[in-house]
Amino acid sequence: MALLDTRSKDIRNLPGFGLTATLAVAFLYAPILFLVLYSFNSGRSISRLDGLSWQWYQAVFANEEIAGAALNSVLLAVIAASVATVMATAAALAMVRMKVRRKAAAYAVLNFPLMVPEIVTAIASLIFFSSVGLGLGFGSLVIAHTTFCIPFAYLPITARLTSMDPALESAAADLFARPWRRFTLITLPLLAPGLMSGWLLAFIVSLDDFIISSMLSGPGSTTLPVHIYSMLRLGITPEVNAVSSLMVLVSALVVITSGLIARKQT
Amino acid sequence: MSDLQDHGDACRLTGLGRVYGKGASAHHALDNINLTIRANEFFTLLGPSGCGKTTLLRLIGGFDQPTVGEIAIFGRNVAGLPPEDRPVNTVFQNYALFPHLTVAENVGFALRMLGRPKAEIVATVARMVALVRLEGMEHRRPDQLSGGQKQRVALARALAPGPKILLLDEPLSALDAKLRQRMRSELKALQRETGITFVFVTHDQDEALAMSDRIAVMQDGRVQQLGKPEEIYEAPANRFVADFIGGANLIPARIGAGGAMAEGLGVVPATGAVGAEVTLAIRPERLAILAAGLQQPGDLGPLRVAERIYMGNELSFRLEGATVPLHVTLPRGGLRGAQDFAPGEAVCLRAEPGAIRVLAS
Amino acid sequence: MKLHRLLLAPSLGTILIFMALPIAITTLYSVLTPAQYGGVIWKPSAEAYIRLLFERDIFDDTLTFNTDYLQILGRSVLQAGVATLLCLIIGLPTAWFIATRPPGQKSLWLMLVTVPYWVNLLVRTIALLLILRDEGPINRALQSIGLTDGPLPLAYNNFAIGLGLVSSFLPFMILPLYAAIERFDFSLLEAAYDLHANRRKAFFAVVLPILRPGLIAGGLLVFIPGIGSYLAPDILGGGKTLMLGNLIGMQFQGSRNWPFGAALSTILMAVTLIALFIVARRAAREET
Repeated sequence: MALLDTRSKDIRNLPGFGLTATLAVAFLYAPILFLVLYSFNSGRSISRLDGLSWQWYQAVFANEEIAGAALNSVLLAVIAASVATVMATAAALAMVRMKVRRKAAAYAVLNFPLMVPEIVTAIASLIFFSSVGLGLGFGSLVIAHTTFCIPFAYLPITARLTSMDPALESAAADLFARPWRRFTLITLPLLAPGLMSGWLLAFIVSLDDFIISSMLSGPGSTTLPVHIYSMLRLGITPEVNAVSSLMVLVSALVVITSGLIARKQT
Repeated sequence: MSDLQDHGDACRLTGLGRVYGKGASAHHALDNINLTIRANEFFTLLGPSGCGKTTLLRLIGGFDQPTVGEIAIFGRNVAGLPPEDRPVNTVFQNYALFPHLTVAENVGFALRMLGRPKAEIVATVARMVALVRLEGMEHRRPDQLSGGQKQRVALARALAPGPKILLLDEPLSALDAKLRQRMRSELKALQRETGITFVFVTHDQDEALAMSDRIAVMQDGRVQQLGKPEEIYEAPANRFVADFIGGANLIPARIGAGGAMAEGLGVVPATGAVGAEVTLAIRPERLAILAAGLQQPGDLGPLRVAERIYMGNELSFRLEGATVPLHVTLPRGGLRGAQDFAPGEAVCLRAEPGAIRVLAS
Repeated sequence: MKLHRLLLAPSLGTILIFMALPIAITTLYSVLTPAQYGGVIWKPSAEAYIRLLFERDIFDDTLTFNTDYLQILGRSVLQAGVATLLCLIIGLPTAWFIATRPPGQKSLWLMLVTVPYWVNLLVRTIALLLILRDEGPINRALQSIGLTDGPLPLAYNNFAIGLGLVSSFLPFMILPLYAAIERFDFSLLEAAYDLHANRRKAFFAVVLPILRPGLIAGGLLVFIPGIGSYLAPDILGGGKTLMLGNLIGMQFQGSRNWPFGAALSTILMAVTLIALFIVARRAAREET
């Protein structure tokens, strides 16, 4: 690519693009950063930063309702992510390593949840669970969350599996390893980073969900985002800021962890 | 591996075929392969890419199933048996070393799978590592090894369980030239020492000629010729083999009254139906160039030197005057001869006895 | 049972039973009669779809054309369309910029762009409201500089909703575009220059057509969630400017007209499927 270097530099550094990118990123972060900043405000006001204080966080941690909702959310996310990861792993093994007739159809079904608008999924689940008699509550939430988590877990697992040399499994067979041992000794250890990424992705998607959870949650099975929404009825209080900031923290941690795992692979 | 039946034949392939797809678009990767690989021999499958040699190796190893035909290993039909049930081990083209295991764990893997006692595994691993001269590397991971070292680990790993047949899928192709040369002799020596039957796949004819006891030259899914290296080189059975192995001058000719008549060259002794089209195959190093004035009956020519190329260790000449350009190589000089000719010179060619092969077109 | 079927069964089964089937039942519900406190009576009725376009007089059952719901549908499409366009205008240069950075910077930028996506949408929407409100920093800054006398109405209106949609879905536009640009063979541009194209012509004649699949993917990823958006119109629009998502949600909360909600949802699903189908057809045709 050294030939027309000056020219290709031309198209790579188009004027204004860098500025646009910076502004775009600023636009994406500014509201969040502002939220986090004001969660430390020692006064109640949103317009004036009085001083820095942990008081709103203390209030949040002392609040039983919030704690209950948070526990529900985490439990739900852990269960949904784990079940989804196991199912997605099985599916990935089948799709990547085996001959599947009508692979395109299977692929479409696996990606189906990603294509449906969330509100449609939400009310469809509501209609389904009430018509089947399962009602609302934690059980229905688990089922609905697991379902939409599957494609999110599936993507990193498939990516990792396809980048694995299939000759490794052939070599293991050549060296007298039976199918189950091939899986546990060779495939699984090498797949591990993909599994972790998939789990983390599914976890955060479940934790973040609002609209589906709000349709399906019943008394006692509120999730944290649904509870935050109900807190909004009293306006955007500093407690809301604090809880929201905590959710930002969790998201950031998950993404960074996921990124570190991905980095370690290469 | 408990089937130590003492047949002389390590592997017998009968009517073997592998077809992909159906009907008009079916692709015959292998077509009616019949061959026998003898115990303790270094057997090579040689051919250009796409000829079916790797497919054949995979069928023997159990990584693929034939569409028709039978494979017998030491007298036992292995149809349907997966690789883990065959007394055969493989050295893969890109080594396929387990990246998350150490060298020692890689080498000992098969024995671990077979449930051998720990002491035996440790001892065998040590022996194998010494055999391929990688002492000191036992605790390294594959990503800490050079290409040549990886290749040796792959070899040790496949030899550790003591197979009767070793399959090698172009194991030297990823190595640089000097290393490749050295590995050739090492592999050959290893095969002699251990007495294991080697089935070696390569597209490199120098390798095949240097290492093999017998070679099967393949093209289009079929065996074109099977024989010892000398036979393959000196007496190619058809046009493909003549052209693929070594360089060859391939000259169209027609059988006439006195033999095969090649335009611009003369008549060469040959038998066959009068009027039949044939191909004359002559190796470039088996022709001598003489000045045109010295042409005798039986010599080919007259021809004109069109190009002289200095190749370092030899001189290569392109001669015009026949239907196709002819290539002749001469040693550069010194004790082996000091002939040289300039472009434009009129010359003729004298072939060594038996150097001209008459092949069906 | 063959192994691969066994492995695929759990995930495919779960998705088919708990997502595809419910959506089918929803479509079924859209042609039933609403029960009084939510739910349905199993009596077929086209009332839900009629209600979209007409208002039925309670006394004499006559139908009058009613644009209320059509307005909401129209507003949703318009908002989503504008948001898509804006995301395109902002997203393409951003994706181009990131893709043309050296490798170290590249992954940093990518991470910067993706992290907001993983933050809860509710939280992001609340945060945006915080900034746009009358008491928020933007208005205070503008007033303190002296550019305006009173606060600008930046929140609780269509403008805020639009901004919310752009902010929610901008990463969805940037990432597919980035992927497409990454795959772009820059030597094609050099060939174009060699054939006397200037920068602008090269961009439109060579770059854009090749990026088109990425543009379409990004566009869909913004437009489809955009029309069904719930939180942005609810929180940033103050609940006054309804969009399709809110309208649907309402039928299952306050209004309790399940068939009507189901009908709206079916229409949204249909629009989604049509859009996806068109793109899939285009992509398949382009591949041959």
